[in-house]
Amino acid sequence: MQPFTTLSGPAMPMIEDDINTDQIAPLQLSKGLTPDWGALLFKRQRMNADGSDNDHVLNKPQYKNPAILVANENFGCGSSRESAVWCLTGVGIRCVIARSIADIFRENCLLNGLLPIELSGAAMDRVQALVTEVDGAQPFTIDLPAQSVRAPNGETFAFEISASDKTRLLEGLDEIGLTMKHESEIVAFEEKMRASMPWSQEARDRRL
Amino acid sequence: MTDRGRTLFDKIWEQHLVGRRTDGRELIYIDRHVLHDLHAPHAFGKLAQAGRKVRRPDLTFSMQDHSVSVQPGRTEETYAEGTAFVRAMREGSRKMGVRVFDLGDPDQGISHVVAPELGLVLPGATHAVPDSHACTVGGLGALAFGSGTTELEHILATQVITLFRPKRLRVNLLGSLGADVAGKDVALAVIAKLGVAGGRGFAIEFAGPVARALPIEGRLTLCNLTIEMGSRSGFVAPDDATFNWIKGRPFAPDGAQWDQALGYWRTMFTDADAVFDKEIDVDCSGLAPQITWGTEPSQVIGIDGRVPDPSKLEADKRAPVERAISYMGLEPGAAIEGLPVGRVFIGSCTTSRLPDLEIAAAIVKGRKVAPGVTAWAVPGSSQVKRDAEARGLDRIFKEAGFLWGESGCSMCAGTNGDMGAAGERVLSTTNRNFENRQGRGVRTHLVGPALAAAAAVTGRITDVRKL
Ligand code: SF4
Repeated sequence: MQPFTTLSGPAMPMIEDDINTDQIAPLQLSKGLTPDWGALLFKRQRMNADGSDNDHVLNKPQYKNPAILVANENFGCGSSRESAVWCLTGVGIRCVIARSIADIFRENCLLNGLLPIELSGAAMDRVQALVTEVDGAQPFTIDLPAQSVRAPNGETFAFEISASDKTRLLEGLDEIGLTMKHESEIVAFEEKMRASMPWSQEARDRRL
Repeated sequence: MTDRGRTLFDKIWEQHLVGRRTDGRELIYIDRHVLHDLHAPHAFGKLAQAGRKVRRPDLTFSMQDHSVSVQPGRTEETYAEGTAFVRAMREGSRKMGVRVFDLGDPDQGISHVVAPELGLVLPGATHAVPDSHACTVGGLGALAFGSGTTELEHILATQVITLFRPKRLRVNLLGSLGADVAGKDVALAVIAKLGVAGGRGFAIEFAGPVARALPIEGRLTLCNLTIEMGSRSGFVAPDDATFNWIKGRPFAPDGAQWDQALGYWRTMFTDADAVFDKEIDVDCSGLAPQITWGTEPSQVIGIDGRVPDPSKLEADKRAPVERAISYMGLEPGAAIEGLPVGRVFIGSCTTSRLPDLEIAAAIVKGRKVAPGVTAWAVPGSSQVKRDAEARGLDRIFKEAGFLWGESGCSMCAGTNGDMGAAGERVLSTTNRNFENRQGRGVRTHLVGPALAAAAAVTGRITDVRKL
């Protein structure tokens, strides 16, 4: 996974609640196993019925290569599709700032080097206002080691992230490798279960 | 362990706790892992690239459901865009040594319908599917986790999922249900109360007399909608009804193992003195059949209710309601009953089990699908299809003018190409009414099977209690 330290670039405003993963990654419109994820991002919302571009924020020239997406409550709700994250990273978005972020989506972000930031209250009001006002003309900067969001005018906002998720992003850790350090515990667990609850370790088709 | 009683969630979690990583995440062992064709092929590819194997192919099962056609006589080529997914799923599974319930297999179907039906899901066990509706199987008292693709790959390689422990929420379902009201209506009523993010960060236990009285299929429907409350896992504590339902299923323990398992399952309840982080009560007495009017599952009213009037809301609440009303083509403050319907879909992992089809068939029987309405009944699994046919339900649906489909996800997410037309009003027994979910501009109303069937035969949104 690509490590995350700092990020600087246009911050795109989509100040709405409950933006779901069906909207982010409209899979019905994708073709084949490995589509162009970036092209799929918000595809339904950014095109007219005849397929031409509409006035969606993502079609504005200043957001051709967005780095940050700023939303409101409950971003990423709905389907567990990880392609929602791949669509965002497909256009270069590596940070989502929202008041709240749905659980599975947040997990998917962390696994793909996309920083999910939850901000609340007055700080979030101000960030949303600044992002809307700047409208992509100047870059915002995210500093993960310092846990801050810096606006082009120098205003800085602190965000919280658990120490473990921070390390995970900073180091771009191999999740499977991290877990497999516990392989002996997994093996011991399986042995214990085989002895105490054999049915749980045995998924046998009794018709065969 | 403390002296205080434990919740069912704590019992299952602690039973499956393998260890704690240095980053503070807990490793939770996954007893059964079920995959599907839309997401697993990506993970197989990545796993192979990294030179990794599936750690426990014997505890892993593959379902073909998302990208398959449900047309009678379908093959893997009927839906051309899905063929690559079905084949990649089959080949990937075979290479990894995982059993595939393929097209044509008597046990093919939607993963969340098939896994309980086969006895792959057991009370007090853990379950994972790379699909947010994994929570469905909580209806049997299992703790299930929907996962993303990288998490799926992680579970394949390690057989554990890494999580921070969620908080505990109990939803007490009080009162009793009237006629023509079922699990789906209860679930929608809970979402209306809790909101689409109210369960975020919680594992939800559904308790109380209504949860107890629901048949197992109704509990599966109820738990299916947990993710629509923002929560990853929801469950109902198992009881004798659960144990009887599971007994004799193909993958369920038998003989001495059954007795041993049963002894353990009987300890799978929340202790009387256990404490939850949050509790809410939902009184279900007098609950009317529920229907969503908007574009989120929480935008729910009774069938006798009215579309909200944004002008009567606080200023900051208006915009999303106005947007939903406009997308759905509704009049503020108008009755929901009577609106003309273009399409009816009875199916999906939410509401496509035998009792659901029986409810719908009882209403459809002796009637015809209204002119201009397209109506589909798509069983949740091939087993459900056979059971329904053995009871003659297929004939009832077909004689009325329904399409009687093969099993699969179909119009629920439209990832097999089944979609409505722009502007079409659809009554759907599925779980998401998001904008464009069932096709561009499609206006989806989520309902239970009774309201769906009633609309199919009248051509309008109809209070089934008046039929
Ligand atoms: S029926 Fe719908 S919700 Fe259920 S698994 Fe299929 S696509 Fe997902």
